[in-house]
Amino acid sequence: MSRKFATWDTAIIALTVLVLIIASLVVDNFGTSRNFTFMVLDLLPIILVALPMTFIIVTGEIDLSVASTLGLTSSLMGWFWNHGLSIETIIPLCIVIGAVAGVLNGFLITGLGLPSLAVTIGTLALYRGLALVVLGDGAVADFPFNYTGWVTGTIGGGAVPNVLILIVVLALIFGVILHATPVGRSLYAIGANAQAAHFAGIRVARTKFWLYVVSGAVAGLVGVLWTLRYSSARADNGAGLELAVVAAVLLGGVSIFGGKGSLPGVLAGVVLLTALQNALRLEDVSGQALNIVTGALLVLSVLLPNLISSIRGNWQRRKLRQSAA
Amino acid sequence: MTPAAARPPIKFDILKTRELGIVLALAALVLYTTINNPRFLSGQSVRDNLLNTAILAVMATGQAVVVITRNIDLSVGSVLGISAFAVATVMSDHPGLPMIIAILVGLAVGAAAGLLNGVLVRYGKVPALVVTLGTLYMYRGITYSWAGGSQVNADELPAHFLNFANDNLLGVPWLVLIALLVVGATTWVMRNYRVGRELYAMGSSPPAAELAGIKVARNLLGAFVLSGALAGLAGVLFAARFGTVDASAGTGYELNVVAAVVVGGVAVFGGSGTVWGAGLGALLLTVISSALAVLDINQFWQQAIVGALIVLAIGADRLVAVRIARSLRKRDAHV
Repeated sequence: MSRKFATWDTAIIALTVLVLIIASLVVDNFGTSRNFTFMVLDLLPIILVALPMTFIIVTGEIDLSVASTLGLTSSLMGWFWNHGLSIETIIPLCIVIGAVAGVLNGFLITGLGLPSLAVTIGTLALYRGLALVVLGDGAVADFPFNYTGWVTGTIGGGAVPNVLILIVVLALIFGVILHATPVGRSLYAIGANAQAAHFAGIRVARTKFWLYVVSGAVAGLVGVLWTLRYSSARADNGAGLELAVVAAVLLGGVSIFGGKGSLPGVLAGVVLLTALQNALRLEDVSGQALNIVTGALLVLSVLLPNLISSIRGNWQRRKLRQSAA
Repeated sequence: MTPAAARPPIKFDILKTRELGIVLALAALVLYTTINNPRFLSGQSVRDNLLNTAILAVMATGQAVVVITRNIDLSVGSVLGISAFAVATVMSDHPGLPMIIAILVGLAVGAAAGLLNGVLVRYGKVPALVVTLGTLYMYRGITYSWAGGSQVNADELPAHFLNFANDNLLGVPWLVLIALLVVGATTWVMRNYRVGRELYAMGSSPPAAELAGIKVARNLLGAFVLSGALAGLAGVLFAARFGTVDASAGTGYELNVVAAVVVGGVAVFGGSGTVWGAGLGALLLTVISSALAVLDINQFWQQAIVGALIVLAIGADRLVAVRIARSLRKRDAHV
């Protein structure tokens, strides 16, 4: 039982709480309601994209094209708006286009059996390139205020941002699917051993295909939200976001080799990453220097569990040897 | 030891190499573009294309070796950045230093960065994707913190350093000579020397390579150090060619480098492909981007084409692999 508590995801949740407490005590303005609103808005794209990414990494695959899908839908949103479509048409259209981008990934990976890493590096370049073709280096900014205002606004003008509802609803849906349904269990089975899962009757290829479609659709939705938040459709929106997402997911205790991890851990990972960046920014650390922290956390989140397990392995072996002697 | 003579020569049939496809694509592209605009084959245009290829080809060489071992190095663009900034800073502080020192500084900075990648992959047991994605941002962040918004301008750099990019030896620019030397030497070592074949073996089957007694740790560290060092060398060439260096030098280059390697026929599953193929891939990508300009096509298409080429190349690789597997099975059935 004691081992159960010492898992990586519980440790990361505890660490997140600790960081939040220390930061609000030490860093000026960190604990204010204004800063809370900003933090939730910064959290929004990472946390939403991290939900399907968790599923994908649990099955042992990866999707590096998410940020480019976001950029593509943001670009198209501007283009559609310039061509007179109503915002009510544009938003669902952008989500569908994101899903189509996911269909291409899913087809290449499960239909043709290509490695997901290489495919999504390719589509990372492809989708970002298409975003540039659509909008060039221009920007579209005149989106209606009732939409941009909703994304940046708070419930009743208080401290709780409207988008927090979206985060909570989606996180609940994804959490229930992963941890309380046969589909969720099958994802772990696929990640632990795809061949065994196949022989156990799980439709491995079809499941993975739909994960990429969902990942694309969510990236499309985030493209819309990103555009509305900054009231600016640009081809380079969200560039590099895939790193933050993958870092947060791995930091949250999901194994890059698949088969392990939990959604609460991932949520804690996202909060930890965002809170650290927010606190450092309040302390006037430059945005580019923050990348050192993100990059180091990404490497450490895989390195530390490896080191711990190898140390534990050595220790157990020594104990066995001693008891044998 | 005589590397080539003592054992049966490795089969080299030009018609069966995967590089032939790239050569044909390249020829078709050059032909089409030249028909539309004859100046595409003028001396200046060819020279520009070769100079632009040189930096990419040097980086693609290191990447090809890493990919052949079934790993990947996404940090090369950031290593180029940190090396270019380091070299530019050293040369502007000490204008009297000869060019060879600049090159050595770049190689050393890159090799150190590559060594850290290799150690984390081998001894930390962290997948190369995660390590190099992390160090991509770490090395870039370090460069930004170091530069602190400043940049090194061309007028702060000594003349002999800047002239290096334009100087020739018998009409061939130094940059191109260095690229040819790097691609040629690495191709030769990978093809004919023990360590080269060991690297291929590691990529074909990592556990089998370990069981066969190959010094996997040493070779893997070597591959990452080579990739880092060559990205560092590319940083020196970048600084000499463009003169103005800020902390963003080389941002996003990793995509072009991976594209060059994959388009050049190095399989992402490791174990196959050649370094000179990767060099050809670099040339093809560069020619595509200059052809877009000559043909008056929107420059923004370039990145989309790079992406589409990566996807097409790995798709084609897969097709070839499936066909080879089928023909091998058929041959076995006859025996």
